[in-house]
Parts: sequence; structure tokens; C-alpha cells
Amino acid sequence: MHIELEKRARVSTLFSIFSPLLALALTLVFGVVMFWLLGKSPLGALYSFFIEPLLEVWSLHELAVKAAPLILIAVGLAICYRSNNWNIGAEGQFTIGAITGSILPVMNPEWHSPMILPLMLLMGMAGGALYAAIPALLKTRFNTNEILTSLMLVYIAQLYLDWLTRGPWRDPQGYNFPQTKSFQIEAVLPEVLSSGRAHWGFIFALVAAVALWFMMRFMLKGFQVSVLGQSERAGRFAGFSARRMVWFSMLLSGALAGLAGISEVSGSIGHLQPSISPGYGFTAIIVAFLGRLNPLGIVASGLVLALTYLGGEAAQLSIGISDKVSRVFQGLLLFFVLSCDTLIHYKIRLVVAGAKAAEVRS
Amino acid sequence: MTLSEGPAAVPLLSVRGLTKLFGSFAACNAIDLDIAAGEIHALLGENGAGKSTLVKMLFGVLQPSAGQILWEGAPVTINSPGEARRLGVGMVFQHFSLFEALTVAENIALSLDPKISLSKISDEAAALSKAYGLPLDPKAHVADLSVGERQRIEIVRALLQNPRLIILDEPTSVLTPQEADRLFETLFKLKAEGRSVLYISHRLEEVRRICDRATVLRHGKVTGACDPKRETPASLARMMVGSDVAQVHRDSASALGDIGIEVTDLSVPARTPFAVSLKNISLKVRAGEVLAIAGVAGNGQGELFDTLSGEYPVTDDEAIRIRGKAVGRTGINGRRLLGAGFVPEERHGHAAVSALPLSDNLLLARSQSDKKAFLSGGFASIIRQDAIRSATRRICEAMDVRKSGEDPQAGSLSGGNLQKFIVGRELDRQPAVLVVNQPTWGVDAGAASRIRQALIDLAKAGSAVVVISQDLDEIFEVATNIAVISEGKLSDPHPAGTLTLERIGLMMGGIHESHLIPEAAHAH
Repeated sequence: MHIELEKRARVSTLFSIFSPLLALALTLVFGVVMFWLLGKSPLGALYSFFIEPLLEVWSLHELAVKAAPLILIAVGLAICYRSNNWNIGAEGQFTIGAITGSILPVMNPEWHSPMILPLMLLMGMAGGALYAAIPALLKTRFNTNEILTSLMLVYIAQLYLDWLTRGPWRDPQGYNFPQTKSFQIEAVLPEVLSSGRAHWGFIFALVAAVALWFMMRFMLKGFQVSVLGQSERAGRFAGFSARRMVWFSMLLSGALAGLAGISEVSGSIGHLQPSISPGYGFTAIIVAFLGRLNPLGIVASGLVLALTYLGGEAAQLSIGISDKVSRVFQGLLLFFVLSCDTLIHYKIRLVVAGAKAAEVRS
Repeated sequence: MTLSEGPAAVPLLSVRGLTKLFGSFAACNAIDLDIAAGEIHALLGENGAGKSTLVKMLFGVLQPSAGQILWEGAPVTINSPGEARRLGVGMVFQHFSLFEALTVAENIALSLDPKISLSKISDEAAALSKAYGLPLDPKAHVADLSVGERQRIEIVRALLQNPRLIILDEPTSVLTPQEADRLFETLFKLKAEGRSVLYISHRLEEVRRICDRATVLRHGKVTGACDPKRETPASLARMMVGSDVAQVHRDSASALGDIGIEVTDLSVPARTPFAVSLKNISLKVRAGEVLAIAGVAGNGQGELFDTLSGEYPVTDDEAIRIRGKAVGRTGINGRRLLGAGFVPEERHGHAAVSALPLSDNLLLARSQSDKKAFLSGGFASIIRQDAIRSATRRICEAMDVRKSGEDPQAGSLSGGNLQKFIVGRELDRQPAVLVVNQPTWGVDAGAASRIRQALIDLAKAGSAVVVISQDLDEIFEVATNIAVISEGKLSDPHPAGTLTLERIGLMMGGIHESHLIPEAAHAH
């Protein structure tokens, strides 16, 4: 006996729209079960996980800090995925963007010019884009699978950052802590409001989301993305180049991930250290799919996923469970998003083994 | 089993009031049908008439919403293809389900009980193919076989189950006339053994030739049952379409103009192991001319189209000229800007993106050639939805595209309507050169005649038209000149009037013309 997925003749529009909400609801249900099994009061735990962080101004700022890189990365990934290019290595592009963006403040800590910040941001974007150019080059030249190459490059980037901050870039006056000098004030991305930590990275994220939404909705470029994503052959007939689309989408998502990286380092951390991300580049994949690969949807889903990070921290403090719970929630959410989408398009059928199996094949 | 059972004999298969509803739409509406033992029964109808739905119910792929299926007079429910086979129904589908990398015997084994050994299958298949005049080597790899041979695999596969009723879906649409003749002999042999054949086709001549009875469907209903031998093609067509099919008109003499498209000694290596390489192709089409390229599927038609359209440019710039300009290295949009239009064979995923609305599919082919009308904002290239929508409306009206809603997804249109849109999308530009691959493949008779007329009218209005087609009736209807493509080589063109069906058939089969008709080759 085995299970088969059978394509549905008709896809329910209602469920396609509500599938992210359904996935969210299912995640919460399983969250209740999980907290109950851990011996905690499920409702109390969910409250401190998902509600409490929304009640105070400072934690709303934190939400924006966490959502900024998620949204920035995810809108770029959405363009990639819509064009059928599977960049899984945003975490690496984020890291390299943070490194290249930090070159100026690390090398010239005494340079106090207003030019430094814009240059840092540009260099961060360039670094992320160049790092994404590696899988793009491998894909267009050698037909290499970009899922594998971009993912493998993540670990190279992380180890490179680790080496830099423990080796050549380590602050000599830093009591042997593996981190660079704190950035000079001109190199720090300022807060948006005086009431909290939320920095301009969040504004960049919103601008990127709106700009890419506009591109996908109204511009020929967006049309090229969706045509090539759905049928490369039809794209060729239209005179669109799939190869150039690989470059465009990979460079775009790499640049946005790089911008997220330098914004995070400059706006939120203030120096480079071996670990600069709780897995934003990977979580952004969930954000992109939960937002239905729509840049505006991604703003909403980015805030939801940012909440799971905050909730994890809060739950650690208030009910004493590991902040790994937030990873569990993210995993559950991705699982339910994908399975809801699968079940919208397919139905499950049990097939009894033996003679019948042959029929199904024919 | 005998053939001489009287009229009172119970039919092998009867269908009473069979209905299939998809939502509120009746794909089949109260269909009655009787198939006697030992008869070849034709099922005629346009695309979307309900033929496939009916056949799928008979083969257990779909379940009827109402009505009865009787097997030798006893009501039966057919829940799956397996049950249909056990009952004695075999099916040969229009689109083959074969694995190219496997051998004939392995492909057959896949549909049988896994316990039967491969060598036994080989032996049985070889015996069957000999008995029915279906030459087939069980050890050959499918990738190396012609379409006709692949069809034989499907037929042998069906025969191995010893069926009493064999359903064939459009079996000759991919065959040369000679291959089709061979198939007919097999069918007659089956009939002589008392087996029944349900023969689905839209080729009226063929149905008249081999079928004992015909049932005609239109809009899901039976509109006639007749003895096709007593009908004319025109009367059969009338039953199918409901009104007389518009005859395609071609004025014999139209003045020829400048050269629209010219190919000189073009050779292109195969892109993939399963593709065909093009060898020394030359052709020349003047304004006002329709060059039809006949040939059996898989002889390089797709590759020739890709090369002419510029989807895959070639290295020799001079090898292809459009309106005098060398374009071998120019891409498809560069060629469109010179006034060329292209209609590929595959509608879904090549000529159109199924999940996108028609307006987007209009932009697909014309984003550069109609840049001024459809895009604004300079470098940003903002899509002008209003202009595209109104052009879509114009095309749908001009080509009588029937659709649900204002701007439906391309995938929701029937094959014929989508094809009318795809052809209309090019005609709307009045292209100076039009290259069409299989313009009416899988398209109903009404839409096909409309499309063919449009191609003729376009040439008459002063365009150079290249039609690549497997449908010989179509070729004789539209062509002024005919060339044949076989194994990537293109024959010299001949004026349509000087060729007969038989001669083209022989040329399509790869038999070189000069061996057969030396006098004709030297005539001009």
C-alpha cells in the first residue's frame, strides 16, 4: 500500500486565500499541544509568546528590528522564487553583505564623514549581490543546481566571518572578545523614532516591498519574472532570456540580503561578531512563502515571524522554556504552509499494493 | 465468435442515457450508443463534443453522473481502467504513455502484472505483432522508434489483454498514409476475429472508408447515427458541426511579391540526444505565397520552427533572411520587429502561459513589436493594461474566440479557441512573414477552417506564409507550394497542384522522390 497525490481538477479560490491563516491556526493548535506536553499552561504560554510582546512600545520596536531583515530578504527571495530560481543562500549573502559593508568602519574608525553610512550600505548591497553571483554564474555556465551551491556558500560565509572577527579584524582593545571595534557614530544606522531601537532598516524593508510589489504588478520586468517562472519555453518565445533572469533575480535578492546584513550590523549590533543573525536568511524563506511570494503579503508575514523570535525570548524569561521553541514554531509554520498549499492542489489517495499498482501506472 | 449474428443479437456494449456533469456543465448528455460484436464503430465529433469524456467513462477513468453501461446486455459499473480491462475493453490513447529510455518489452511489462517475466512478454508481443501485421522489435528502445511504431506498442499492449472491444483515440493523426493503411489492415483483422473497435476520429474520409457505423456527437449529445459509407464527407461534417463547415477558398492566381523569408543551406546540430539535426535546409517564400512543409511528427519540424523563429538563433547570420535582412543570429524579437510573426505548435507553455489571462498572453508575443502601444514610462516599461485589454478584445472578436468572462486564463479556453486567439494575436499585427507550426493540431473543424482561411487571406494580402503541418488535408487546402521534411532534410518545393496525396505520403515516409519519380524531378 502506498500514498499517492492526485491533482485536483479544480482549486478552491477560498482556500488558496485563507491557506496562510489556516496554517497559522494549525501552528497555534500544535503549539498548545507542545506546551501542554512540556507541562506548561498552554494558554498562558501562548499569551506570553504571541500577545505580550505586542503590548509595550519598546517591544514593538524590537518587533520592527527583527522584521526588517526578514522582510528585506524575503521580498528579494520572492522575486527569485517567482522566476523559478531557488536561492536558499540568503543567510550567506546577508553575512557577506555585513562584512563588505563593515569594511569602511573597521578599516577607518577615525573617518567621521556623513558619506560613510551611504557608502557602507552600497558596499553591503554590492557584497551580497556578488556573493549571489557565484551560484548565478555556476547555474548559467555549468547548469549547476543553485539550491545546493547557494546553500553551501552560506557555511563558507559564516566561517569567513568567524575567522575575520577572531583574526585580522578583532579589536585589539577588546579583551580578546571575538569582535571588531564598535562602529563610529557616523557609521551607525540611526533610529527612526526616539521612542525605541527600530532603525532605518525597517524603512528600507517597507520601501523595497512596495517597490517590488509595483514592479511585479505594473512593470514589464515583473511580467518577465512571472512568465519565465511559469514556463521557460513561453518566456523564450516572448524573447525573454531565462539566463538573464537568473542573474537579475539572484543579484537582486543578494543585494537585498546584503543590505539587510549591513543594516542589522550597523543599526542593531554596532560591530561585527561571529554570530550576527539568528537565521534570518533561512527564516525569510518561510516569510516569503507565508506571504504567498507577494511583497505586500511578505510585510505581514515578516511581522508574524519576527513575533516568533520575540516570543521565544519572552517565553524564555517568563515561563522558562528554551528559546529554541521559536525555531519549532517556525518549522511548524513552514510545514503547515506547504502542506496546506499541497492539499489545496492535490488530494491524497491510498493505493493498495499489488495488481492495482500496475493499473495506476498505465 | 461469429460475424453473422442477426440484428436481434445483443450488442457487445450498450450505453443508455449516459450523462457526465462537471458542475452544471453536461460534457455528455443522455448518450445512447450500441456497439455490436465485430464492428468498427466510429465516434465522430468536434473538439469538446464529449468524445473523450464518453470514452473515459467507458474505460473507467471517469464515473458517469447518470445513465447505464451494459456489457452484453448486463449492466456494469466500471470503476477503474483495470476493471475495464478485466471486462475486455482495451484502449489506445492519442498521446502515448511510453518511456523513451526503455525497450518496447519493458514498456509493455510496466502495464502488466509485475510477476510475468520480461522474456515471456517479449515472446508474446513478438507473436502478436506478427499475427496482426504490426512489425515491432521487442528489444528496440522506444526513443529510436517512429511515431507509427510507438503506436504499435500501444496497440500490442492493449491486445495482450485479449480485449473484445478496442478503443482507439485519433489513431491516424500522427501516421503517414502508408502507416495508416497498415493500421487499417490490423483493424480489419481484429474485426474478422469478432472483436469490436470504437474508432474516434475527425477524419471523415477515413471513417467512411473503414467504419461500419458512426455515432456523431455535438455539444455532448448524439446528433446522428449513420452508416458512414452512405454519407458524403460534407453530410458527416454537417452532423458534426451542426451547420455546413465554411469551405476554405483560395484564389489560384495571386501575384507574387518580394521574398519574405529565405533560408540558404542551413544546418543545425541536434540540441539534445532526442532532437533531430537539420541538414542543408533551403527554402524561399515570396509575399503572396503559402509554403506548406509536410512531414511525419519528429522529423525536425519543431527544430525548424525554433530556428526560423529565432528562439534558438544559429551561428551563420546569412543562413536566414527575413525581408532581405540577414537574421540568423538575431533573436525572436528582432525578427518580429522586421515584420515576422510566429505560431508554435504547443499551445500550453510555449505559445501561451496557461495560468495567465489572455491579455498577458497577448503581451507575451508582442511586448517588443508593439512597445509603443503596450508599454509606457520609458525605461521602467510600465504595462498599459487598458491598451492591451482592448487589443485582446479586438482579437477575440476578429477570430470569434469563445471564452467565459472578459479576460479568462488561457488554460480555461478550449484548444480551438485558444489556437484562434494565438493565431489572431499574430494576424492582428498584419505580419509580412508568418511561420506557423501545426496550425490546427487538436482543433475542432469549425476553428480549423477559420484558421486556414485566415492563413490564406493573409498570404493574399501580401504576406509570406510558412505552414508546417502533418495534416495533408490542411496542406492541400492552404498551400501554394509544398515541400516535405524527413529526417531533418527538406525536399524541393513543388507547386501544390502537381502533387498527389500518395506522392507526398511516399516522400514523408523518407523515400527520396528522385528514386520514384525521376521524370517529375526533371520536369522543371
